[in-house]
Amino acid sequence: MADFDFPGGIMPPERKTLSNQAPLVKAPLPARVMLPLTQHVGQPAEPVVSVGQTVRTGEIIACAQGMISAPVHASITGTVTAIEERAVPHPSAAVGEAKALCIVIEGNGQDDDWQRMPPLDWRSASDEALLERLQSSGVVGLGGAGFPAAVKAQVRQRHAIDTLIVNAAECEPYITADDLTLRTYPGDVIEGARMLARLCGAERILIGIEDNKPEAVAALRQALSTSNDTTPVELKVVATRYPSGGESQLIQKLTGREVPSRGLPADVGLLCHNPGTLLASLRAVRDGEPMISRIVTLTGEALTRPGNLEARLGTPLHALLSLAGLRPARLSQLILGGPMMGFTLDSDALPLVKTANCLIAGTADEFPPAPPEQACIRCGACETACPASLLPQQLYWFSKSREHDKAELFNLFDCIECGACAYVCPSHIPLVQYYRAAKGEIRLHEREARKAEHARHRFEFRQARMAREEAEKEARRKARLQQARASRPAPEQRKAAVSPTPSDTPQSDSQDSAAELKKLKIAQAAAKAAVRKAERALARASEGGQDPSADVNDLETQLATARENLKATETRLAALQSRTAPAATQPASTTATGPGVPASQSMPTGTTTEDTAKQVRQRKIAVASAQAAYRKAEKALESAAAQNDDATLAAARQKFERAQGNLDRARKALEEAETTAHEPKDTSTP
Amino acid sequence: MLEWLTAHGILAATLALLGLAVAFGALLGFAGQVFKVEGDPVVERIDALLPQTQCGQCGYPGCKPYAEAIVQGDDINKCPPGGDATIAALADLLGREPKPLDGEAQDIPRVAYIREEECIGCTKCIQACPVDAILGAAKHMHTVIVDECTGCDLCVEPCPVDCIDMLPHPDLAKQWHWPRPPGPGHRPSQPIAATLIASDRQPAPEERAHG
Ligand code: SF4
Ligand code: SF4
Ligand code: SF4
Ligand code: SF4
Repeated sequence: MADFDFPGGIMPPERKTLSNQAPLVKAPLPARVMLPLTQHVGQPAEPVVSVGQTVRTGEIIACAQGMISAPVHASITGTVTAIEERAVPHPSAAVGEAKALCIVIEGNGQDDDWQRMPPLDWRSASDEALLERLQSSGVVGLGGAGFPAAVKAQVRQRHAIDTLIVNAAECEPYITADDLTLRTYPGDVIEGARMLARLCGAERILIGIEDNKPEAVAALRQALSTSNDTTPVELKVVATRYPSGGESQLIQKLTGREVPSRGLPADVGLLCHNPGTLLASLRAVRDGEPMISRIVTLTGEALTRPGNLEARLGTPLHALLSLAGLRPARLSQLILGGPMMGFTLDSDALPLVKTANCLIAGTADEFPPAPPEQACIRCGACETACPASLLPQQLYWFSKSREHDKAELFNLFDCIECGACAYVCPSHIPLVQYYRAAKGEIRLHEREARKAEHARHRFEFRQARMAREEAEKEARRKARLQQARASRPAPEQRKAAVSPTPSDTPQSDSQDSAAELKKLKIAQAAAKAAVRKAERALARASEGGQDPSADVNDLETQLATARENLKATETRLAALQSRTAPAATQPASTTATGPGVPASQSMPTGTTTEDTAKQVRQRKIAVASAQAAYRKAEKALESAAAQNDDATLAAARQKFERAQGNLDRARKALEEAETTAHEPKDTSTP
Repeated sequence: MLEWLTAHGILAATLALLGLAVAFGALLGFAGQVFKVEGDPVVERIDALLPQTQCGQCGYPGCKPYAEAIVQGDDINKCPPGGDATIAALADLLGREPKPLDGEAQDIPRVAYIREEECIGCTKCIQACPVDAILGAAKHMHTVIVDECTGCDLCVEPCPVDCIDMLPHPDLAKQWHWPRPPGPGHRPSQPIAATLIASDRQPAPEERAHG
């Protein structure tokens, strides 16, 4: 049917008729909701309500933090009764506690008092208004990991998008949420697709759907025939084969394009959205309704009334299960997500979250315990099944023996964890679990390495700072010493210098200091080069803009270290020069015509004007970067003040003050350097 | 000159080679000066493997000094924060035998917390911290920047009022990742993914359509 195809794939039993027979129904209002602040990819949201506060449906209760984040809204009308750590659905729950900060709202009976945002007409609204609306309504990708829709819509800034793909394949067994969404709201989904297509600049829309959903296909055809819009929409019905709903696989099947290894669909000009996300986006814009509900499949043989429900987020899962007629005696496993990629839950007291598309209450017959793992017989079945053209067997060996570098070389991170390989493996090896563990270990290791690197830079900075302080102390001490010596009567000094025994000392001393001077000069040059390098790196990073700020911070530390090092060597150099210069001008030292003396005398005068020019330039850069830091700190302070959080405010203020001080110092240094540059040469002797 | 050269082929060849040798030698020397590597590369590579906690438990004032000591021939098993993983990595890099850790292994990452109401603002902890992770001025309460703290313990000792606690790192939960399956002969620890519908196994489609 389609012109292209992806390799591999499997055809597990679909089991979709279990839940796609009943029409979509709205679940009654829950008496209490639990809303985790981590229902999306990125930074957790920050609560903006307090315990005891009454909230209305749709009111924002936690706002987004940082660049990739999404706000959370009250899904019922009622009173906030707790903001605390509660168990949330997460794979780690199977091995230990998975807790996250949740806002608990106790409902006011059947009272559902909405607080909507003003409706927008997406055709006439500006891009900024639409993006702002998507961001403030908390819409996240409902099919996969929960990537904030507003962030995804901004992809246009860096990639040219030509096609928006509606991923309605829904290839995983049991799940029918997208199917029912499309059957019930075909027009709205298409409208939502048109809106997001406009927002990302796509010229056409492709809908990819598996041929096991004839009713949804018919509903879409019907809706398409009645809609009158210029953006061409193409409906492509593809053969049912798992995992055609994998982003890369669907793209390959529909367009023949291949997403590069570790790349994004946007790299090949595409953007994928799930029908549920499109519906939620449209509702957020057209009706001003933030994301407070989702369509979820309730299925499995332990339920008497399986089907799809449109339920408020935060509804306890047991409430949903009893709506679907759970027979607890038959329940053996509760699975969140599909049977291939989902995970088991050990409690039904968890809340419904934005990313939960399916809840399976399985019986023991349906999901028998996994057979014990056996040794790999190198049959190659996994390789045949892999839709990502990987070598699952090789990946298995490398993951098992912790040869992470080799696993990465074999593109472990291109594995979509579809489970096709494990499904066909005759030795019942839980291959995906090995890959997931290896990926986790690699990520953890990378994180630790980054952290260690940062700590090292901080440590180096401290060393450099202490070295500078030491050098400055030394310089001051020497200056005092010299002053004391200069104030001594001259004849005595001359006598001491002329007398034969100590006459070598100045010579060897000056030779020594000449060698040291040379060493210091080299060190100074190296330190200067390091400063320049760090400056360039920092400039590059801050130009990149999108770089995680941690990197910039780290580079700033490195730059500061380089500057401290430079200052330390400069201080030492200055001290040494001031020591050798008077020594050279002393009458007695005319005897000391060591090779170092003329050099030490001529070098400063020769280089100082050049040096001051360089210094001026350098200090200008310093001022500029200090200004940037100042502005950043200012902004941070403002946002901290807006949030009313004392701890962050104090930290931000401290940072701000530091930045201010730095800026002032840098400005003063620049002024100094400029005046010395303009003054006549005689200031060259330090 | 040219004629003389063509007449004495062997000499000409020697001269040409000599000229080339001199030219390339100069080039190499120049490149060596220009692309000079700062510091000792082995030390840097060892330092990159150390955990950078800067705690001094190895007996040196920081990880870099320990890295230098290792190059001088010191043992590779003196870093407790790094544990066996670091020893293994060092053994691998240096071609030495891995040894059991000299000291007590650390269980979980910790960070310092200053009980702020008890802090008297003596600045002693600031002076002790190897990574400048403590903020505060004299006579004002101090705070630890959690993200910068390496959990080295060095600030605990100097505090005259014992107001610093080492607590588990708040990010611990975020560091969770899928555990490894128990291996052949066992049932997988988690009945997840494809094992769930194992009873319905069907073979992969026979004819696979490529591209
Ligand atoms: S889980 Fe990974 S390796 Fe296995 S078939 Fe899917 S993509 Fe391939
Ligand atoms: S399918 Fe299983 S037994 Fe066969 S090669 Fe792959 S991992 Fe080994
Ligand atoms: S013991 Fe501490 S200072 Fe020494 S190498 Fe390990 S982390 Fe660094
Ligand atoms: S705050 Fe304390 S424990 Fe943390 S790095 Fe500094 S000295 Fe070490």
